[in-house]
Amino acid sequence: MDFEQLFSNLVLGFQTAVSLQNLLYCFIGVFVGTLVGVLPGIGPLAAIAMLLPATFNLPPVGALIMLAGIYYGTQYGGSTTAILVNLPGESASVVTCMDGHAMAKNGRAGPALAIAAVGSFFAGTVGTILIALFGPPLAEVALKFGAPEYFSLMSMGLIASAVLASGSMLKAIAMIFLGLLFGIVGTDVNSGMSRFTFGMSGLADGLSFVVVAMGLFGFGEILSNLEKGQDAAGRELLTKKIDHLYPTFNDLKVSMGPIMRGTAIGAFFGTLPGAGPTISAFSSYALEKKVAKHPEEFGKGAIQGVAGPESANNAAAQCAFIPTLTLGIPGSGTMALMLGALTIQGIAPGPQVMTQRPELFWGLIASMWIGNAMLVILNLPLIGLWVKLLRVPYRILFPAILTFMAIGVYSVNNLDLDIYMTVFFGLMGYVFVKLKCEPAPMILAFVLGPLMEENLRRALLISRGDPTVFFTRPISAVFLGLTILMLIIMILPAVRKKRELAYKE
Amino acid sequence: MKITSQENFWGGAMFIGFGALAIFIATDYPFGSASRMGPGYFPTWIGIALVLLGLAISATGFKDQGEGVGKFAWKPMVLLSIAFIFFGWAIDHVGFVAASFVMVILASLAGRDFRWKESIIVAIVLIIGCWALFIKGLELPFPLFWWR
Repeated sequence: MDFEQLFSNLVLGFQTAVSLQNLLYCFIGVFVGTLVGVLPGIGPLAAIAMLLPATFNLPPVGALIMLAGIYYGTQYGGSTTAILVNLPGESASVVTCMDGHAMAKNGRAGPALAIAAVGSFFAGTVGTILIALFGPPLAEVALKFGAPEYFSLMSMGLIASAVLASGSMLKAIAMIFLGLLFGIVGTDVNSGMSRFTFGMSGLADGLSFVVVAMGLFGFGEILSNLEKGQDAAGRELLTKKIDHLYPTFNDLKVSMGPIMRGTAIGAFFGTLPGAGPTISAFSSYALEKKVAKHPEEFGKGAIQGVAGPESANNAAAQCAFIPTLTLGIPGSGTMALMLGALTIQGIAPGPQVMTQRPELFWGLIASMWIGNAMLVILNLPLIGLWVKLLRVPYRILFPAILTFMAIGVYSVNNLDLDIYMTVFFGLMGYVFVKLKCEPAPMILAFVLGPLMEENLRRALLISRGDPTVFFTRPISAVFLGLTILMLIIMILPAVRKKRELAYKE
Repeated sequence: MKITSQENFWGGAMFIGFGALAIFIATDYPFGSASRMGPGYFPTWIGIALVLLGLAISATGFKDQGEGVGKFAWKPMVLLSIAFIFFGWAIDHVGFVAASFVMVILASLAGRDFRWKESIIVAIVLIIGCWALFIKGLELPFPLFWWR
C-alpha cells in the first residue's frame, strides 16, 4: 500500500470538496435529505429519487457531493423517525425502532438520537477510510474482468439482494427477472431494434429510472399509506418533551463496543454487492443482544440496541460505495439510483473513473466524510425542528409530496409520457405491496438489465455459444459458486425458519 | 383445492402474465443463437423464467397460509392517477400554476378527511414555494401560464 500516494489523493479530494460552493452543495444535500427522510412514508429510495432532478443542472462534482449528502441525510432521517415516532423510514431502521423508540418513551429520545448520530459518524469515518484504502486496488482487479466475470458478479449481486430481501425469496427472484425485463425496454444497442416500446417514441431511450423509482417508491407508497389511513394508525406521536439531549458518560461507555462491532459488521456486509444496511443492522442487533451483560434490557430501551445497529447500518451504507464506484455495479436500490445519477452526468461508472477523473473520485470520498460530519453538526441542534415537521398531518403532506414528484419526473426530459409511465409504475408498486412482493430487488435488476444482457452476449460470443465459459474462468466460477451456495443455504429448512424469525422479531 | 394464500396465488399469476407477454412480444424479434444473440434472445429467456417462477409461486398459494390481499383503495388509486396524468398533460397546455393547482385539489380529495379551504391554501403555498425553488431557483423551463 502506497501511503504517500493515498495521502496526496486525499489532499486532492479535500481540495476539490472544500470549496465554498461544494460545501454549500453538501450542506443543502444533508439538510434537504434529512428533511425529506424525516417525512413519514418516504424512505431513502423515494427521497433520493425525488431529489435527484434537482442535481441535474449542477457540475458533476457538485452534483455528486450533493447526492452523497442527500444519501446520508435520508438515512439519518429514517433513524430519527424510527426513534421518535416508531415509524421506520426504511427496512434497516426497523431494528432501531425497537430500542430507540423504547428509549424515547422513557424520555431519553435525546441520548438515543445523539448516540445514533455519533455511531453513524464513527462508522462513516471508518467507511470512508476503507473506501480510500481498498477502492484503488479493487478497481485494478476489476480492470482485468471480462464479460463472463461481470455477468457472474452481477448475478451474485442480484441473487444476494433477493436472499436478503424480507419476505418470500421466490417472489424476490421473480421481481429480479421482472426488473431485468423492464431494464431492456427501448432500443437494442446491437441490432437497433425497438423492444417493448409499444410504438411509443418516448420509450426509444428506455424507461427512465427516475420514473420507475418514483412510481414504485413514491407514488406506490402514497397509495398504501392512504389505504392504511396514516394519521390514525401508524403514527404514535411523542408528546413528551425532549429535554436533555446529550448522552451521559455511562451511555458513551457502554456504546463504545457496540459501535465498533457494528461498524465492522456493516463494513463487511456493505462491501458485498447486493447485501446491505438491513442485514447489517439485524446482525449487529443479534450480536449485541448475545454479548450484553443484561440482555433482558433489550427491547426496553437499551442504548446498545441503538448504537450497534445504527453504526452497522451506516458503515454498510458507506461501504456500498465500494462496489458501485470501483466495479460500476450497484449493491442496493439506493446505489442503483446513485449510479444512474452518475450516468446522467455523463460519467460511465467503473474502474476507469478513478484514473480518468481522480478529482471526482477523491472529491466524492472527501465529501462523504464532510457529509457525515455535517450530519452530526446539523442534526443535533435541529432535532426540535424535525419533531415539529412530524406533526404536519398526512393529508397536507401527501399532496405536497405528489407535487414534488411531478416536478421531479417532468424536469428530467420535459416529457408528458414520463408522467404517465410514473402512474403506471405507481399503480404497479401498490399492487406489489398488496401481493407482498418487495420492489427493492427489482429496481436493482432494472438498472443492471442492459448491462447483464450486453455481458452475456459478449461472453457467449467469445466462447462461441458455450455456456461453460462462466465456470471455466476462475474468478467467474468463484462468483457463481458463491451465488449457488447462497441459494442452497437459503433453501435449507433450518436457515429458512431462522430468516423468517429474524424479520418477524 | 383451496387458495390459502391469495397474495402468493395472484402474485404468481402476475409474474406468469408478464412472462407470457414478454415471450409473445419477443417472438417478433430475431432470436439468434447463443453465440450470436439476437434482440429476442434475452427477453425470451427472461419471459420463460418469469412463467416458471410464477407457476411455482402460484402453487405455494395452495399451501402457505397468507393474510389475504384485502381491499384495494380504489378512490385514491383513481384520483391520484387522474391528478398526476392531468399534470402531465396540462403543464405544457395551461402552464405550471393551473396544472399544479388542479393536481393538488384532486389529490387532496383522495385523503380521508378533505377540507376545501385547507386544500386551497395548501395548493397556493405549494405553488409559490415550488415556483421560487424550482422555476426561479433551479431555472427549470416550465411555462407558468398558458399565455407564456
